[in-house]
Amino acid sequence: MAAEVGRLSKNLLRMKFMQRSLDPETKKQLEEEEKKIISDEHWFLDLPELKEKESFIIEERSFLPCEDFLYGRMSFKGFNPEIEKLMVQMNSKTTEIKTEEEDPDFGKMDVDVTDEEMALRYESLVNSIRKKFAKKRDRAAIKETEDENCNVKGRKVKKAFLKPQD
Amino acid sequence: MSSVQDAVDQVVLPGDVLLLPVQAADAPLSLSAAASDTKRMRVVCGPGLVRHGEDLQVTKCGLLRHREPAVYWVESHQKRYVPVKGDHVIGIVTMKSGDIFRLDVAGSDQASLSFLAFEGATKKNRPNVKVGDLVYGQFIVANKDMEPELACIDGSGKANGMGVIGLDGFMFKVSLGLVRKLLTPQNDIIQELMNVFPMELVIGMNGRIWIKAKTIQQTLIVANILEACEYLTAAQRKQVFAKFSD
Repeated sequence: MAAEVGRLSKNLLRMKFMQRSLDPETKKQLEEEEKKIISDEHWFLDLPELKEKESFIIEERSFLPCEDFLYGRMSFKGFNPEIEKLMVQMNSKTTEIKTEEEDPDFGKMDVDVTDEEMALRYESLVNSIRKKFAKKRDRAAIKETEDENCNVKGRKVKKAFLKPQD
Repeated sequence: MSSVQDAVDQVVLPGDVLLLPVQAADAPLSLSAAASDTKRMRVVCGPGLVRHGEDLQVTKCGLLRHREPAVYWVESHQKRYVPVKGDHVIGIVTMKSGDIFRLDVAGSDQASLSFLAFEGATKKNRPNVKVGDLVYGQFIVANKDMEPELACIDGSGKANGMGVIGLDGFMFKVSLGLVRKLLTPQNDIIQELMNVFPMELVIGMNGRIWIKAKTIQQTLIVANILEACEYLTAAQRKQVFAKFSD
């Protein structure tokens, strides 16, 4: 009893206005005690750690990915031409694989202009566009090179100022 | 407990557990390859199968089918239709309520169909659908907790033959197994049916078939043949078709 006289209780020391007068050692002690109380009050479930497993099985409730079904509307012997057109279009997915094997040209577009014609046309187009964007001075240079290639005319002599003779 | 490969094309019963084969890792660049030295193939289990740990468990009786690379399903005889997303079905309009139609699709619940889910339909230009009409549509919502929802347009807004089916004709019900048989590519029944009468038919995955031929008599003949196909052998069916083909 005598030892405790002159000592302040813990709860009093924890109060805000007492904080300043505390020496670091008792402060540390108080903090530790507070932490202990908090950690004791925390609950946790005592369970084994769950292992996340990658699943390689996909569940599917539909027959669609299992079987390649035909289109559900059908028409035979020209009863409904609209539906017959649709049938060909919608069933092309399932028959595509076959036609690809049989026909080497399958997948190629029907073209009006062949690749060679297209290339020729673009060649001249490239030239004319280049001329359009070139400056006047460069345009002359382009012409010159063309002339050289085609051997049409000789070089034009560049006009220069001629000093008149006295 | 048997391996899946042994059970393919065999009869399986509910409760059977099918073991999946363990395959060596074939992708050396895979990040998980270092962690696990053996790797299973990505398996798709279709109707009639559920996942059971790392194996498959059978929930319907029937024949186990397999398709490359690793798709398994059970081909079973069934009459009850359960809506599945993506299925094309024939529904009967039972109610018109404001913006949606209610359709009987032979499932446990009625399906809803928005009046905007038709090709070319707008708020002002409503589709002409009456109670009692037959509608050929596709499920866009179908799960066990929600009301199924149909649409008569695909993702790009095209009808592609979906919508109200014509006025006349005859609709009847067959089993789901027969419907699937009729819809498999290059199946005998449809190939033989092509040569009988000029006609039109719509097959819904919910077991409903709608037929229209030139006369009522022809329509009924075809309907009876198709209904009988369920129980006819291939030879018997050929006999029947030979009677009517010209």
